Amino acid sequence: MRGLLLSLALCLMALPAAAEEIVADLSQTRVSITASFVGSEILVFGAIRRDADTARPLDVIVTIEGPRQRVTVRRKARVGGIWVNRDAVEIDEAPSFYAVATTGPLGRVLSDTEDLRHKISIPRAIRAVGAPSSISDARSFVDALIRIRERDGVYRVEEGKVRLLEQTLFSTRIELPATLVEGTYRTRIFLTSDRAVVGTFETSLDVKKVGLERMIYKLAHERPLAYGLLAIFLAAFAGLAAAEISRYLKS
Amino acid sequence: MQIYLPIAEISVNAYVLFGIGGIVGILSGMFGVGGGFLITPLLFFIGVPPAVAVATSANQIVASSISGVLAHLKRKTVDLRMGTVLLVGGLAGAAAGVRVFSILKASGHVDIMVQLAYVVFLGVIGSLMLVESLRALRRARSGVRTRRKHTWVHALPLKVKFRTSQLYISVIPPLLVGVFVGILSAIMGVGGGFIMVPAMIYILGMPTKVVVGTSLYQIIFVTAFTTVMHATSNQSVDIALALILIIGGVIGAQIGTRLGLRLKAEQLRILLALLVVSVCLKLAFDLVVTPEELYSIATVTAA
Repeated sequence: MRGLLLSLALCLMALPAAAEEIVADLSQTRVSITASFVGSEILVFGAIRRDADTARPLDVIVTIEGPRQRVTVRRKARVGGIWVNRDAVEIDEAPSFYAVATTGPLGRVLSDTEDLRHKISIPRAIRAVGAPSSISDARSFVDALIRIRERDGVYRVEEGKVRLLEQTLFSTRIELPATLVEGTYRTRIFLTSDRAVVGTFETSLDVKKVGLERMIYKLAHERPLAYGLLAIFLAAFAGLAAAEISRYLKS
Repeated sequence: MQIYLPIAEISVNAYVLFGIGGIVGILSGMFGVGGGFLITPLLFFIGVPPAVAVATSANQIVASSISGVLAHLKRKTVDLRMGTVLLVGGLAGAAAGVRVFSILKASGHVDIMVQLAYVVFLGVIGSLMLVESLRALRRARSGVRTRRKHTWVHALPLKVKFRTSQLYISVIPPLLVGVFVGILSAIMGVGGGFIMVPAMIYILGMPTKVVVGTSLYQIIFVTAFTTVMHATSNQSVDIALALILIIGGVIGAQIGTRLGLRLKAEQLRILLALLVVSVCLKLAFDLVVTPEELYSIATVTAA
C-alpha cells in the first residue's frame, strides 16, 4: 500500500513533465550525394514551449543516427611473424553514423538509467548481443568500433555544442562526413531536467545518392551483369581511343 | 577537387587518382607492363577497399591492354593460336580465382591474402628479373649469347604447331600457365604480364618478340572476364574510378613511351626490377610491422 502511494506520488511529481514541448526543424530534410559530395552540415533548431509557472532549468540533447548495419569487428594477431585477422565479433546493429550534441557534459545532463532507456550515448546506441565464447573480452571489440568510427568522424560526441538561449531557443550544427551511407537518418531531440528526459521530438533526414552516382550504384547492384559488360565496353572504348590518340600524336 | 566514388563509397581527390593513373601509365609506356601490380597497392594506400581496388584495377587493365595490343597486331607480333590456348586456361583460372576471392572476403582474410600474394610474387619475380638483367648487362658487354634448350616441356603429349612462335609443343604447359595467371588476375587485380612474360620465355621457349603482344592479347580477355565476374559476384567494380585511372594512364603512357626511348633496354629492365622489389618490400614491411590499429570493421549487411 505504501509502495502504491509512493508511486502515485512520484507520478504526480512527474506530471509537470508534459509542461514543456519541443518544436523543432532541420535546415534540410534531404541530403543528396553527388560526385562532388564532400560532406554537409545540418542545422537543427527549435524552441521549447513551456508553461509560465514551470521555470526549472533545462538541457537539450540532439542525436542524428544513420541506418543501422550488422558489422564484423576483427582483431589482428601476430601469426608466424605477420599480422593477420584472427578473432572476430559480430555486432548486430551499429549505426553507420551517430552524432550526439548536448548543452553540457553528457554525464551532467543525462543519467545512466535514462540513457539506457532512450539509448542516447554512443555505446548505448550500439546493439551487440552475443560474442563467441572463445572471446573473453568482447567489450574491447565494441570499444574498438567506437574508437575507429570516432576517428573517422562518423561517430561524434559534441558536448556543449547545443546553444540554448533564454531556456527557450536552441540550435546546433551537426557535420555530416563525405562517407555517408544512403538511407533514413533518425533525428531525435531530448529535453532533460535534473538528468531525466522530460520531452522528446523526432524527425528524419533522407540521405540519397542522386544523378550519375545513383544510376551507377543502382545498376551495379540491381543488374550486375549489364554493369560488368558496360564497364568492359567503356574500358575497350577508352583503350581504342587511346591507341588512336597516340597514333595521331606520332604522325 | 574531391570526387565521390559510387561503388567504393568514399570521397577522394580526383588529382591523386589522375596521378596514380599517370604514374602507372608512365611505367607501362616505359617498360611495356600493364601496371596492375602497382595500381592495386596504390589504391589500398589511398583508402579504396581492397575488393574494389582489385576489381577496378582489372577493369582498367582491359583498356591499357587493348591500346597496347593494337600496335603489336599491326607488327604481327601476336601469336593468336598460342594466345587462345593461354586464354582458355586463363578463363578457367579466373573463374576459380573469383570464387576463392569471394570466400576469402566472407572470412575476413582477403586483405592479408592479397598482400601476401603480392609480397611473394613481386619478391620472386623482382629478384629473378634483377639477377637476369644484371647477367644480361654483363653478357651484352662480353658479347656471348645463349641458345634455346630442349626441356621437359617438349616431352608432353597433345602437340600443336604454333607458327608465329615457331614452336611445336604440347598445349598442356600453356594451358597450365594460363590457369595460374588467371587465378592471380582474379585475386590480385593484375593482368599477370609480369608472370606470363617470363613463363613464356623460360618455360614455353617462345621468341621474345612475340611474347609481349601475345600476353597482352590474352590479358584483354582474362581481365574483361574477371571484371564481369567481380561485378556479378562481388559488386565491386567502380566505373568512375576506372575511368579516371584510364584517362590518367593514357596520358602517362604517352610520356612513358618517350622517356623509354631515351634509356637502353637493359637499364630499363634493371629499373623495373628495382621498382618491383621496392613495392614488394613496402608491402612486406606493412605485414610485419605492428599496426597502429589492431581492429578493423567490415560491414556485413544493412540491418
